Parts: sequence; C-alpha cells; structure tokens
Amino acid sequence: MQRIDAIVIGGGLVGSAIAYGLARAGLKTALIDEGDVAFRASRGNFGLVWVQSKGLGAPHYQRWTRRSAEEWPKLAAELVAGTGIDPALEQPGGVHLCLSDQELDERRARMEQMRAEAGNFGFDYRMLGPSELKDMLPRLGPAVVGASWTPYDGHANSLYLLHALHNGFVQRGGVYIPNRTIDYAAAQPNDFRLGSGADEVAAPKIVLAAGLGNAKLAPLFGLRAPVRPQRGQILVTERAGRVFDMPTTTVRQTVEGGIMIGDSMEDVGFDTSQRPDVMAAMAERAVLSFPWLAELQVVRAWAALRVMPPDGTPIYDESEQFPGAFTANCHSGVTLAGAHANVFAAMVAAGALAPEMVPFSARRFDVPQAA
Amino acid sequence: MFRKRPEGSAATVWVTVEGREVQVPAGASAAAALLLAGLAATRETAVSGAARGPYCLMGVCFECLAEIDGVPNCQSCMVTIGPGMAIRRQHGKRIATPQ
Repeated sequence: MQRIDAIVIGGGLVGSAIAYGLARAGLKTALIDEGDVAFRASRGNFGLVWVQSKGLGAPHYQRWTRRSAEEWPKLAAELVAGTGIDPALEQPGGVHLCLSDQELDERRARMEQMRAEAGNFGFDYRMLGPSELKDMLPRLGPAVVGASWTPYDGHANSLYLLHALHNGFVQRGGVYIPNRTIDYAAAQPNDFRLGSGADEVAAPKIVLAAGLGNAKLAPLFGLRAPVRPQRGQILVTERAGRVFDMPTTTVRQTVEGGIMIGDSMEDVGFDTSQRPDVMAAMAERAVLSFPWLAELQVVRAWAALRVMPPDGTPIYDESEQFPGAFTANCHSGVTLAGAHANVFAAMVAAGALAPEMVPFSARRFDVPQAA
Repeated sequence: MFRKRPEGSAATVWVTVEGREVQVPAGASAAAALLLAGLAATRETAVSGAARGPYCLMGVCFECLAEIDGVPNCQSCMVTIGPGMAIRRQHGKRIATPQ
C-alpha cells in the first residue's frame, strides 16, 4: 500500500487543477484518472473563461468566477514557464449577442441584477448597440440588435490546459494513475483508502472531482453531489485567418483559426449522440450573428456532457462525517481552473474550506419543502 | 460507396494546377492531379506553415487541402476532377471574406 498526503479522484480539468495546486503546495498527491473512456467534459467543452453570465442570484458564485478569471493569467504563465505548454489564454473581454429586442431586454435585466448583487464588489458591464459593436466585432449581421459586454471574459485552449496541468502535476512530484476506476473505498476521519486492481493508496485527504461520477462516489465519503448530465453540442469550422479577438457566448475564434460554435443545452441523460436539428439551429443562429460564417466549412462536430448541479451553481463541500474528504463539482472546469489550482487547492492543503465556501455546500439543497 | 480505380486509364482530362495545364485520367481525384503535376508540397499548414502533401488519399488526414475552383481548404482527395478544374496550393489559413 502506498501512503501519500492526498488523493484526487478525477483527471479532468477540475481534478487536474486541484491536484496540480496540491502538488505545488508540497503535498505528495495521487491523481486517479478513469482515462479516455470517461465522459470527459474536459475534452468536449467550448473553452471560454467566462464571467458575465455566472452567478445570477448567487453572488458568491459571481465572486468566485471573477476570482478565477483573475487567477488565470498567473496560472497560465506558471504553466508556460514550467511545462512549455501554452493554454493560449486571451482575456480581451467578451460579449453576449442578442438577436431580438426581447433577448436584449432580458439580457439588460440580467446584467442589472448581476451588478446589484455584486454590491460593493462592483460589476463592470455595458449594453452595446450595433454601432459600438462594429468596432469590437466587425462584420456582424443586421440581426444583431445589441449585446452585453464585460471586461472580465476571455477564452483559452482547454486541451492544452489539461495537458499542461497533467504535465505540471507530474513535474511537481505528483503520481498520475491513469486508466483506473475505484474498486473499493474505505473512509475514516482523515484516513482514506482506495483500491484499484492490485493497487491500494491511502491518504489523510481526498478530493472527489470525478465529474458526473461524483454522484455515486460522494455518499461513500459522507458527502452529496447531486449532479446530472446536460448535453452540449459544438461545431468547428476550418481554420481561417484571425477575424475577431473578442469571444462571444456562443461563437469564438481559436488561436489556431478555427471558429467554434456552441449553443445547446439539452437534458437527455447520458446520451452523447449528436442531433442534426440542434446542429442546424446552432449554425443558423451563428450565421445570423456573423453572415460571413456561412461560407466556411464545418470540419468537426461533437457532443459532450456538462456536469450540472441542480441549480447550476458549483458544489464545494467537506465531509462532516469524515473530515479530510472534499468534493468539487461544476460545469465550468475551464473558467474555474484558476480558482481550483490557486485557491481551492490551498484550502484543501490547509485542511478546511474557507468560510466563503459555505454557500457552495450541498447542504443548500436540504431545505424543507414548503407546506 | 465504391468506385473503380482509374488505374491504367489514359490521362485525357485537362485541368490546371497552379495555373499550369496538366492532363489527368478521367475519374481521378484533384489530389492525384496535384501529385501528377509533380509538386513537392501542396500546402503549408495553417498554424506553423510546415510544408505538406497528400497522404492518406481517403478523406481522413486533411493533409491534401487545396484551393479548388476558388474554394479554399478542399480535401482534394475527395474531389473528382472535371475538365478545366483550377487547382491551387493551399497557403496556410484561408481568409474568411467579409460580406
């Protein structure tokens, strides 16, 4: 049996960022990764580092997302310096395009509420009309009636991010254990043992970051992670010379030149198949926004599953029954990578989540039904 | 799904490769025309600009990208030549033309 300081279950972006942060803090850490047979939202996501839509009605989530966007440049620079792998972070701000007056009114109300909930923390945004947008996003279609803009948004190459986190983790002494599922788990306060095949690892700390797998794992450690899958589909065009730097909620151009279109949220269980009607609707809306997109060829398309808590807000928790066990669940492994590596991991290393994390606990779902 | 290979048939159809006239067998692919024209490399990659040429010839590797009749980034191995077809090398990323 191998005795170490911490075990992280889940080698996607959430688990890798936390494991990287733990290894950097000097903890001997094992990262157990199911491998490419896993659902791997980390390999199917859209790659936004996105702030402006996150945390409506949940100011703690708004602040957490902002914090992560602030930590991102430090994390990216450190990964480039340490691993030579550049996650291609760009944070030029971002816009959410509205294609009707109703969409624009709803967006304006949402952004006003975000600012109100931010309180003294502040929330810088502007609603932009077509003439202002032309300077940011040339060649917009006439269907675009307006947009919301914030300076906090950006995007990255999430595949390079995952690669860099894995590399950086191993470089800092982390033990990466790929292609493993957990055969048995034994939990005692500050004493966790996991068996996988003939291997057994034991550590006083464990972090569950297994995405959709957390729903089944968490109860073994006195935790709850009521996450469900939400399907998203993505289209990618051939590579073209840079047309625009500014990412939008649903269309962005990667550093390599391909234009990604991602605009679906579907509740279909664990079904990762693609739907032509959804793909057509996504393409149509993208072409209404950027008419010149119509002449580009779509070269790849896929579907993947988001890891979605019941209210869309991340769940971070620590076990009361088994101190030393933590869980992290969210659909924003890219955006929140900065917070996971630089903030959450430090809390785990210190042995307890900070008070600011209390509202993220799954205990928020234990509300008595109204009579 | 399957088509007879045009092997052994005479080169009878005129196309242009980089503006130069080349004769290729009827039913051949545009990638075959690029190879028949004797080009050492038929494109430069979109990110690093590395020289590339047709490789898998069955629609998988995307190495044979070419501009065909003015349309950039065509998989030339998947396009059957026709008389007068204009085939050009693909230089890096295509340009997305504004309206």
